[in-house]
Amino acid sequence: MGYIAVARPWGWPCDGLRLKMSIGNPDGMVLYLHNQIIQGLRDRKRAALARAVTLVENGSEHAGHILEEAYKLRGRGKVIGITGSPGVGKSTLVDSLIGAIRERGHSVGVIAVDPSSPFTGGAILGDRVRVRSRTTDDEVFFRSLASRGYLGGLSRHTGDIITLFDAFGFDYILVETVGAGQSEVDIMRYAHSVLVVMAPGLGDDIQAIKAGILEIGDVFCVNKADHPDADRAVAVLEAMLGLNREWQWKPPVLKTVASQGKGVVELLDKIDEHSEFLKQNGLLEERIARSYIAALEDNIRRDTVDYILAKARADGSLDGALKQLSEGKTYPAAVAKDLIRQHLCLEAKIDE
Amino acid sequence: MDRKIRVLVGKPGLDGHDRGAKVIARSFRDAGMEVIYSGLHRTPEELARMAVEEDVDVVACSILSGAHNTLLPKVVECLKKEKGAEELDVLVLAGGIIPAEDVEFLKANGVDEVFGPGTNTQDIVEYTKANLKR
Repeated sequence: MGYIAVARPWGWPCDGLRLKMSIGNPDGMVLYLHNQIIQGLRDRKRAALARAVTLVENGSEHAGHILEEAYKLRGRGKVIGITGSPGVGKSTLVDSLIGAIRERGHSVGVIAVDPSSPFTGGAILGDRVRVRSRTTDDEVFFRSLASRGYLGGLSRHTGDIITLFDAFGFDYILVETVGAGQSEVDIMRYAHSVLVVMAPGLGDDIQAIKAGILEIGDVFCVNKADHPDADRAVAVLEAMLGLNREWQWKPPVLKTVASQGKGVVELLDKIDEHSEFLKQNGLLEERIARSYIAALEDNIRRDTVDYILAKARADGSLDGALKQLSEGKTYPAAVAKDLIRQHLCLEAKIDE
Repeated sequence: MDRKIRVLVGKPGLDGHDRGAKVIARSFRDAGMEVIYSGLHRTPEELARMAVEEDVDVVACSILSGAHNTLLPKVVECLKKEKGAEELDVLVLAGGIIPAEDVEFLKANGVDEVFGPGTNTQDIVEYTKANLKR
């Protein structure tokens, strides 16, 4: 453990290179890559944040050290989730929200998730095509992530990456999910406020009362509101929200035309109002705790699955199990329980 | 550790044609890489900033406007400035309509390889995988 980093300022070697420090280090002291990145986060060097995200995403052995520090450094950025179906205008809305946030003098980090190919693992991350303004603004940082097989609308490490952004000290952290269908609701586990973006003409009142994405919004917005059906979409949403009479916070429904920046300032006001509501009612702590639980769950699940599969691959029990499955001698749930028992050395009675 | 190759496909300058950029983006995707597409009409400064924030291994610029000798060295210069390093850990590729006599100049100014029309996309993918700088 512990690779030595070369002291090119912010031109790091990649994970895995061993190089001798040469500059700015008269004692020839060994400086670890993760220490350099942690210092970079403290100094708000954008290249440090960018490399930290890469290391965390790739499951590098430096990630643990970086995250440990990042959790200590984390500030009080507002984490805003932005979700909705493909094509409703999430990215365009993010572009105008960045503008509105900067107009008020706040800094903003954006995490935008797009899907990975289930076949090749490759991805086209296209959010920058829409997020065009303020690319070189020093108080804006934009990072595209591929979902890498994770199905909840985010990527495997989004929770940790939000923490890195928070440690860097952004006032707002916008997290844009993949174009979500109905059940990609993971964003509610990580965001303090969730903005659900809709567009006119995408569904009737039966869609509106289904479970899932429409339940998780703290603020709703009907984008492309210059479309003639916009008022109807708002009415359907309002009717759906009206069925619940015991709101502590009744989610407002706003109209925006993101491509023209219309309604975006009002939208930001509502998001801020929601943050304020959370703070006033002691609910912010609850949401933050929820994000920790989400991060814990994700980590436990990920590490356990990786561990069991690696063990089972190594000792051949996976091959054996697959053979039995293909011969129809057993069924997947039984094999899973066997593998868990066998490799986690558990006496746990998971079938109860 | 599961390392993914990340590529920025960039369109510098006043050039509205991105069919080629999209084809190459798709080829990189099909080779298992994560491709960030910049969108049209980007300045060298913007592309360099994107390359740093996205922490890409490759910056592949598509340019059909004829302004390559002006814009591409500028992209390299901005990358060095953004990274604060003389030596780049990013592979810089160029593609599009670039006359053969300009290739030497571009290579002398920090572009690692130039691919013209008709290049097999698989060759570009292979070259990229073999020449990563980190």
